[in-house]
Amino acid sequence: MDRVKASTLTGAEIVVRCLQAEGVEYVFGYPGGAVLFIYDELFKQDKVKHVLVRHEQGAAHAADGYSRASHKIGVCLVTSGPGVTNAVTGIATAYMDSIPMVIISGQVPTHAIGLDAFQEVDAVGVTRPCVKHNFLVKNVADLASTIKKAFHIAATGRPGPVLVDIPKDVTTHSCEFQYPESVAMRSYNPVRKGHAGQIKKAMQLLLEAQRPMVYTGGGVVLSNAAPQLRELVKLLGFPCTNTLMGLGAYPATDKQFLGMPGMHGTYEANMSMQHCDVLLAIGARFDDRVIGNPAHFAQNPRKIIHIDIDPSSISKRVKVDVPIVGNIADVLDDLLKLLRDAKPQDIGQWWKQIDEWRAKDCLRYDRNSKIIKPQFVLEKLYEVTQGEAFVTSDVGQHQMWAAQFYKFDQPRRWINSGGLGTMGFGLPAAMGVQLANPGSTVACVTGESSIQMCLQELSTCKQYRLPIKIINLNNKYMGMVRQWQQFFHGNRYSESYMDALPDFVKLAEGYGHSGRLVDKPADVEPALREAFARKSELVFLDFITDQKENVYPMIPGGKGITEMILYEDL
Amino acid sequence: MTRHIISVLVENEAGALSRIAGLFSARGYNIESLTVAPTEDASMSRMTVVTSGSEDVVEQITKQLNKLIEVVKVVDLSEAEHIERELMLIKVRAGQKEREDMKRMADIFRGRIIDVSDNTYTIELTGDGRKLDAFIQALDPGSIMETVRTGTSGIGRGNRVLRV
Repeated sequence: MDRVKASTLTGAEIVVRCLQAEGVEYVFGYPGGAVLFIYDELFKQDKVKHVLVRHEQGAAHAADGYSRASHKIGVCLVTSGPGVTNAVTGIATAYMDSIPMVIISGQVPTHAIGLDAFQEVDAVGVTRPCVKHNFLVKNVADLASTIKKAFHIAATGRPGPVLVDIPKDVTTHSCEFQYPESVAMRSYNPVRKGHAGQIKKAMQLLLEAQRPMVYTGGGVVLSNAAPQLRELVKLLGFPCTNTLMGLGAYPATDKQFLGMPGMHGTYEANMSMQHCDVLLAIGARFDDRVIGNPAHFAQNPRKIIHIDIDPSSISKRVKVDVPIVGNIADVLDDLLKLLRDAKPQDIGQWWKQIDEWRAKDCLRYDRNSKIIKPQFVLEKLYEVTQGEAFVTSDVGQHQMWAAQFYKFDQPRRWINSGGLGTMGFGLPAAMGVQLANPGSTVACVTGESSIQMCLQELSTCKQYRLPIKIINLNNKYMGMVRQWQQFFHGNRYSESYMDALPDFVKLAEGYGHSGRLVDKPADVEPALREAFARKSELVFLDFITDQKENVYPMIPGGKGITEMILYEDL
Repeated sequence: MTRHIISVLVENEAGALSRIAGLFSARGYNIESLTVAPTEDASMSRMTVVTSGSEDVVEQITKQLNKLIEVVKVVDLSEAEHIERELMLIKVRAGQKEREDMKRMADIFRGRIIDVSDNTYTIELTGDGRKLDAFIQALDPGSIMETVRTGTSGIGRGNRVLRV
């Protein structure tokens, strides 16, 4: 980084200079009273580009999507009060999935704080439970060092969103500006290297394993450790599963890949998780949506090795035998050094068992249906985009089908809200993904309910000419809610039916895009081909799909990982 | 469920206390008492949290505390020999007929009378929580007018030191 010469600047100038010094390409935001001086400074320069969203939730999701698809820090800028409260859902979404983000929020002037001023909200208090850290900057002299810390904290250790709240008067005050080159904090020193002794223990367990299983999560993606993971899994010849957050870390088309585990995971992945004798967990957190009931999971004896940057993720839900705290890429490098000359057990018997489980073909569905099956749309999407699209999704059935049927061979291609499960994430996230990867194919897989939660961003897509392809799986139901009501609430579809849906084609046209309604299976592929051929346009494809289709397999809430409901059971 | 005394060194910054208190409420951990004041190094505060939980929960508490950006160090004092103290100020009725007894009771517990009026004593009492409880038990409930307790502070015995 260039050393910035000391000069006297206003707080607003300092904010923009800090963003420039951090190499920020895009800021996603929405102006308002408390941030007007910052917006004035943004106006006067063109290094940092601003993307004007239509709602602050969209700004946070777009910054988040940008970060997920680029491994850079997402930045958003919002005003005080409703500006920051609107962004909270997006901040919480990033927090749950450990996405590095810096949120700059305006605040009422320091002399007005605490007096219930117009558009005042305690931003630090409101966001505290859903940020990695946050700051209120009361003195302009602390501004540059605080922003530096915010970027440092967001990206290091277990990443996460950091909010910097800046009162309006601080943006007008002046001081000497020098952007710090480095950060030293005695209270924050994340580890990188794993403990050598523990890594050795892990190696021994892996080499003794008769029925090994590699289970990896979002941490592998965040740590950019996919190359190491691939080498490790190939070297050992072990089966591998990626969680919803970890898809793409190991190529889905490889034969050692068992699919996703968990509530809607594959039969073979879930059975292998339960029956393995050594489980290598990497950057995954034994989430309730992955292992189901922890007591049921603990019934089968197995040794667990857990590699994670965050000690509090280890032994939180499941007791771990060999914990290794460290940056995954570094730990895997060290582990690989020990394993390159070693010889694992012959696990032919174990593979035979796994292949029997695989033969269940747990993702099958009715291919002769006269109504469009959502799974079919996703299979065709995969074919038409040749598996190379960036796919964002909203939350619900369509998200699970996308995770099951789109085979991700690369990390950072599958962008979804895993932890918080935020409906409305898909479209604004796709904007960030497209800006981070201009010229690449970006598809937003969504449903008629989710898409309406951040629909206003169609306008942003028009303004910035973002040629996203919206794959709307329209079954007129909040599908996942309906599925739970069918299975567990006696078919009482309480408030999960959406009457009075808009005409999505006209709606897309109203925003200046084009749209097409597809209601016959035979039209699915041609419609996709036509849409993706239109490289410079946003196309909204409204697929009218089977209203009663369910996601299988399914582990009912509170049940064990092997207690799956399968397609064939019904 | 066992009782633990956790000592935390934390940067003396605005909001650090609410971050720690917020962590306990958000994750459903118990707080029996929480004390905080700056150390000899004014840039740092020391906090003592008395909590209870299973071993797993207490392990999570220390890990989650360590994860907070402003937290410099965390020690579970109850893992080894330590001393704990709490200060109580208690205002009791001390009219002509109770005065003698009350003075004697304070002496037995090594309390000090730090304020006197015609019909009250204010007694200062230091000890671990059980001693303060015992003093309250020993008094006639009707004679207690007001109590205020600081919550527990703790320190390791011998060479066991918590500092940066």
